Amino acid sequence: MSDQKEIVSKRAETLGGYVLHNVPFPRELNEETLALLKQMEPILIEQPYSITYLHSYGQDSPFFAGLTNKVFLGSREPETGYTYATPRGHCMYSGQETEWVRFPDEGTIHAFTVCHFGSEEFLPECPFVLIQVEFEGADTLFLGRLLGVDPYDATTDWIGKKVKAKYLRLSKFKPTDVYFVLTEDS
Amino acid sequence: MRTVYAVSGGVSKFAKSRPDKTYPAIVKEAYDYAIADIGLEHPQFFELVDGTVASYFSDHFARQLMAGIIAQDYLGMCPKPSHRVEGGGATGGICFQEGWKAIASGYMDICLCYGFELMSHVETWKGNEFIALASDVSFDYPVGGFYSGYYAMMVTRHMAEFGTTVEQMAHVSVKNHINAYYNPYAQKRNRYTIQDVRNAPMVAWPLTRLDICVMSDGAACTILCSEDGLARLEKAGATISRPLVKIAGIGRGTDAMRMADRPHQSYEDFYRYNALPNEMDDDSRAYYKELWDRGFRYPGVHSFRAGRMGSKEAYQNAGLTDPLNEIDFVELHDAYTSSEIQTCEDMGLCRYGEGGQFAASGKAFMPGIDYGLDLPEESVCPVNPSGGLIACGHPVGATGLMQAVFAIWQLQGAIGKHFGDPALQVPDARCGAIHSHAGTGTYVTVSILERE
Repeated sequence: MSDQKEIVSKRAETLGGYVLHNVPFPRELNEETLALLKQMEPILIEQPYSITYLHSYGQDSPFFAGLTNKVFLGSREPETGYTYATPRGHCMYSGQETEWVRFPDEGTIHAFTVCHFGSEEFLPECPFVLIQVEFEGADTLFLGRLLGVDPYDATTDWIGKKVKAKYLRLSKFKPTDVYFVLTEDS
Repeated sequence: MRTVYAVSGGVSKFAKSRPDKTYPAIVKEAYDYAIADIGLEHPQFFELVDGTVASYFSDHFARQLMAGIIAQDYLGMCPKPSHRVEGGGATGGICFQEGWKAIASGYMDICLCYGFELMSHVETWKGNEFIALASDVSFDYPVGGFYSGYYAMMVTRHMAEFGTTVEQMAHVSVKNHINAYYNPYAQKRNRYTIQDVRNAPMVAWPLTRLDICVMSDGAACTILCSEDGLARLEKAGATISRPLVKIAGIGRGTDAMRMADRPHQSYEDFYRYNALPNEMDDDSRAYYKELWDRGFRYPGVHSFRAGRMGSKEAYQNAGLTDPLNEIDFVELHDAYTSSEIQTCEDMGLCRYGEGGQFAASGKAFMPGIDYGLDLPEESVCPVNPSGGLIACGHPVGATGLMQAVFAIWQLQGAIGKHFGDPALQVPDARCGAIHSHAGTGTYVTVSILERE
């Protein structure tokens, strides 16, 4: 599968091109030519839109500080022990503030997919593998990327396999600062 | 609560792109159709209507804040009261229910609900990015924000948990596309085979392009009224078809934004909070006990607790206890073939874990239509007789209202009149359910409509 070549038979539609400064329009406006305007094709213009947000991780910030120090942190309700693999400042059941707890670097694959397409931002990375990771002792899951598997050989047998966390040396302060690979015994 | 009637509706032709008109003008197409269907013109209806509810999902797609008031203005509804609702993919369903609330509470006697989305103004993969911003931007989006990917993860868990197959999912695609073949409002009117679905380009394993709904430009609207509103409409010369269609009950549910945070509840808690009346028998209890003994937990990432709770509340309000046999058709949010399977379980048309078999059984297919499939069972409760989101398209703010319009026409027995072909008319339809769904199952609305 992985050496299959895709033969492209259709040109991709893209924006861009020449800048148009004039469109055909009747030289003389009268009852007849004004009525003809109803037959006009619509004018389409490009409107670029770009913005940089200053996004705060707020109470979840220590999680990202942990990743840059190769530590995976989760949240635990201090009394009930309900444990969140994706950090959460307050418990959804008791309403109490959670405490930080260090997680092991190993978990198992609870669910997965291979994205052969994606949102525009992630298209250059396709195909990539998304997994929901299950950690022993945790009550919820964590969404991450799995590397080191053949994306063209997906099978539900991947579910239940053990994975190990790896950390980027040069942090981007994103949840992808941690990613996962299969353990040697999986 | 007062009785609420759904007396008319209109839908624009859903299309990949509608550059010929601005969105308010496309909403007007749906509105003009709805008032014309009861024999009124705008100046007459304007004198009668008490207010409106506007529905659209994304300020990003519109690149226009307060787009609702522009539609209100263009329709000529100013200065009547109105507000915009937003709840992801469920926006249209929420709009319909807000209209119901306005009437049921006595605040209004006649309410217009309208919704729209124009998704063609950005390229497909930018559109996917906009939609993915409806996932947690700290923990979900940056990992590879892509809704088809999120749903595909649910699928793999469903497959591992219950043995659901890609061929069972493909049955949903074949059914909904062939249904839409008879629906002139649908965007995709094609006949496909199971093999076509599996051979289509892989998008997010195991979901192919034909397992997934398309982006769309479109609008829809419904007219709701009370007994007094009905009398006012008819006194003004409106022709309201009989038997009347009433909204027998509504329900809503929610769940955690991040799929990873969904609980993994015990059997006891499932029966305490989530089980439907038709799951209270000994056989179902034994079935579920066995599932839990094998490691099943609820809802996990394979089931939509919000859809279950919305169904439970709606059924209770409408007095339904046996949905498969009491509901004559369902228009549900099949953004993915897999989510139709998951939703059939949530709505109690089958038990959790039986959705794959149910999808391929024939029970959810229309009678009298040749699907080119060897279906072992007869039609019991057609699911998405219109073609659903997969074939009609999914202009988000319009979608839930489109379902309402098709349900009204089914219950009025008027599918032949509006589609120009009676093939999709559910025989003797008396009760229909519409289901609108957001995110990875965050907001879900279920509304029950009945013929009086």
